[in-house]
Amino acid sequence: MPEDLTQTQQPGNLATRASGSATGTRILEVDDVTLRFGGVVALNEVSFHINEGEILGLIGPNGAGKTTCFNVMTGVYQPTSGTVRFRGEPLGRRKRFEITKLGIARTFQNIRLFGNMTALENVMVGADTHHRTGVLSAMFRLPRHRVEEADGRARAEELLEFMGLTKVSGELARNLPYGDQRRLEIARALATKPKLLCLDEPAAGFNPAEKAKLMELIRKIRDQGYTVLLIEHDMRLVMGVTDRIVVLEFGRKIAEGLPAEIRDNPAVVAAYLGVDESDAS
Amino acid sequence: MIADRFKSLPLAVRILLWVLVGVFLFALPLLNIPVITTPDSDFGGVLFTVATYVLVALGLNIVVGYAGLLDLGYVGFYAVGAYSVAVLGSEHGHLPWLLTVPIAVVAALVSGIILGAPTLRVRGDYLAIVTLGFGEIIRLTAINSDWLGGNAGISNVPRPPSIEIGQIPHLDWSSGPPVVDLDTTTTFLKFGISDQIPYYWLALVVIAAVVFADILIKDSRVGRAWEATREDEDAAELMGVPTFKFKLLAFAMGAFIGGLSGALFAGKQGFISPGGFPLLLSILFIAAVVVGGAGNRWGVMLGAVVVAYFPERFREFQDWRVLVFGLALMLLAIFRPQGLLPPRRTIRAKKTDEKLEALEEGTTSA
Amino acid sequence: MSYLFDNFFSLTLTGLTLGAVYGLVALGYTLVYGVLRLINFAHSEVFMYGTFAALWAVMLLGGRSGAGVGSVVLWVLAMLAAAMVMSGLIAVALERFAYRPLRKRNAPPLIALISAIGASFVLAELMGLRDKLAKFVGLEVVLNNYVGRARDNAALPEIITPKPVFNIGDYAVTNVDILVLIGAIVVMVFLDQFTRRSRLGRGIRAVAQDPEAAALMGVNRDRVIQVTFLVGGLMAGVAATLYLLKIGVTRFDAGFTLGVKAFTAAVLGGIGNLRGALLGGFVLGLAENYGSALIGTEWKDVVAFLLLVVILLFRPTGLLGESLGRARA
Repeated sequence: MPEDLTQTQQPGNLATRASGSATGTRILEVDDVTLRFGGVVALNEVSFHINEGEILGLIGPNGAGKTTCFNVMTGVYQPTSGTVRFRGEPLGRRKRFEITKLGIARTFQNIRLFGNMTALENVMVGADTHHRTGVLSAMFRLPRHRVEEADGRARAEELLEFMGLTKVSGELARNLPYGDQRRLEIARALATKPKLLCLDEPAAGFNPAEKAKLMELIRKIRDQGYTVLLIEHDMRLVMGVTDRIVVLEFGRKIAEGLPAEIRDNPAVVAAYLGVDESDAS
Repeated sequence: MIADRFKSLPLAVRILLWVLVGVFLFALPLLNIPVITTPDSDFGGVLFTVATYVLVALGLNIVVGYAGLLDLGYVGFYAVGAYSVAVLGSEHGHLPWLLTVPIAVVAALVSGIILGAPTLRVRGDYLAIVTLGFGEIIRLTAINSDWLGGNAGISNVPRPPSIEIGQIPHLDWSSGPPVVDLDTTTTFLKFGISDQIPYYWLALVVIAAVVFADILIKDSRVGRAWEATREDEDAAELMGVPTFKFKLLAFAMGAFIGGLSGALFAGKQGFISPGGFPLLLSILFIAAVVVGGAGNRWGVMLGAVVVAYFPERFREFQDWRVLVFGLALMLLAIFRPQGLLPPRRTIRAKKTDEKLEALEEGTTSA
Repeated sequence: MSYLFDNFFSLTLTGLTLGAVYGLVALGYTLVYGVLRLINFAHSEVFMYGTFAALWAVMLLGGRSGAGVGSVVLWVLAMLAAAMVMSGLIAVALERFAYRPLRKRNAPPLIALISAIGASFVLAELMGLRDKLAKFVGLEVVLNNYVGRARDNAALPEIITPKPVFNIGDYAVTNVDILVLIGAIVVMVFLDQFTRRSRLGRGIRAVAQDPEAAALMGVNRDRVIQVTFLVGGLMAGVAATLYLLKIGVTRFDAGFTLGVKAFTAAVLGGIGNLRGALLGGFVLGLAENYGSALIGTEWKDVVAFLLLVVILLFRPTGLLGESLGRARA
């Protein structure tokens, strides 16, 4: 089919066609979602889906609604109309931590680590998502506490190593250099054992070398079996690492497709450059 | 720092040091050390009061220091505990003190849940005012309810059970060096009316148990969840922390400990009345936590000692107590907001901030 | 229940008069909270000092009952001036010494609250210890009328003899009632206009909504905050005068209960909302009276606290919603 041919002609993408990409199972469906804040329409009948195992890019000019979309998907906002379905089931009015337990995790545009906790502790909080230790188990050091504590610590250390943060695991999160903080956020999100990982501008503030490393990292994450949703402004990064792209503008989806298609899509170009037909005088 | 040097000692030495500290604390009222002993009031009684404040501070520390919730009505839980003991043991029943205590702490716990469930959804500074309102409602209800003894209060509150094992003498310093005074003794273990020292000992045991539990709970998923919630509640929730549940848990545990302290107080006092639970007490409790260092269990215990001991030690300045206290709070807020013993996070953060500043200054002044 | 109906009008009128006082004091809380997100615990003492200033002004001028209208007017104006100056001064001093240092250090809200509580105690105790303080400087005899028996009630000479002017239902509305209500309303209207029309008023609203943007627009944040405290203090001074005329006594700790109630009124109306503060005051005054008629006067204070708790739980934005920032003052 034509799309497949175009895909294989993309340099770099050959190497990243690892397991689980575009299996056809839809892990997330955003179905005609509209979100209104008073008179402002932040999202307008947005529909798209994410296939299990793929890396989907969500792009658009500032204010397009990308982070708002994240927020709807993670339960921070309730859509005014429309549904979000995760693995076939609507999210409904679930609480945020329940959605995290279901399997959607995220990072933040402005880093929101637990500053006065160490890197290890930050990740362990994520690992606690599926734990059930309570006051009594903790107070009497019951087996549940000991097992979960060991498991959480092991998982946290493993993730820190995966992110290259082992050396700073005992440092307070607020004292870490910027790059480490971004990677720590990802580690923390991964600790919650998500099926879908949403990264909100993970490369903001990175230099090209760091961005390249980040692309590697994202691919490695996908190769481990996670599905990734990525908001990014850096076009090279988006084109280079994503399998598909969804474009938003003013709360509407204006395009969806493979990176090459999106790059050449006039509507997308216009959205970014702000060319308004009526201005052409 | 002291804490680090202490931790580096071998376990056996650490245990020995703790035992020595424990023995000293138990012996303290008997030792009658000159400067420390309070001239105008019974030292045993003062120590007991300090102990109740320490217990309260530990409980409030969970609410304010660990979970980051502003509670200005903590005296309410203290009162629930005290009144439960009084009502079940004297006014409307004749249960022995030991049986009333579990009921009292459960009552306090339940009241904590009842208060917390609706209010913890509310914004931080509003929570402070709601809790203040709660404390006052409890007090005013006690004043206006005859079945709670009304304004006059409840007397003949049962005391802890006594057994008489032996007499322990005090030290006498009136003629220079300390001499064992065989005439002034404390009966071990009699919870009577005049000698307050056994109550103090009982309180010490309770404090030890609570500190143990505190250490174990803080170093677990529960403690982490509290810290994460306090740092950034929304982010914590998105990282899978059921923040509301843990906030309510903190509140309930704080209430439990507050009620326990109230039950001890009632057992010693023998008589309680609404006048013993004013708003000022809630403020003093908060002050103990803030002065000592919110979030650090040793800090808040020290804070409680400061807040409870000094007014008793300097009773002759009674009239000026509140004024000095207010001034101290203002100065503390400006010059040492983190308290006397800030929690490790602030110390570490400060140290690293200092290092960073030094680095920056090094480069900029070049 | 029948008590409520029999005395409906007296309950309503006294509720409104006291409510007017609550509302004026509530303005101080709501203004400061709107601009600083700080609960100014010590505002109750700002009010209390105003009452004493008004009292002392009358004593100094030899106020007594049975004097001519001209004298009475003079005394009331003196009360007003003294109270407003005193309350304004205390409020500005509070901002300067208790809160500004914390603001400059970015202190967390708990610390600001601690400082506020400390300041409240210090101010109240200074008034409550004025006899002992006077003794230190040897002035206790000279100033005895003003500083003696510092912890007791201090009574205002009855310069206005309450005379019934007209009747509503069972209640005889007195000249004092009219004075209080009209005085309060005049002041409220004035303040309303001030925040909506004047430059300073707009500045206050701007800082409340977005301090950084306001600063970028050339609004001097420090100055606006100072003015906010001052205005709150002036309003408390007016309230203090009216309170003293109506109630007739004051005390070093008169601020506390009234302060909590005024704060309740502010929250009730929507904290940050000026008109809400005034509305909240009236609602609280009425609710208190009706409530205590239904369940007994000894429960009057409980009604206020209960109302506070209930409002914060079920409608924390208050009756008119928080909106100092938005144009709806």
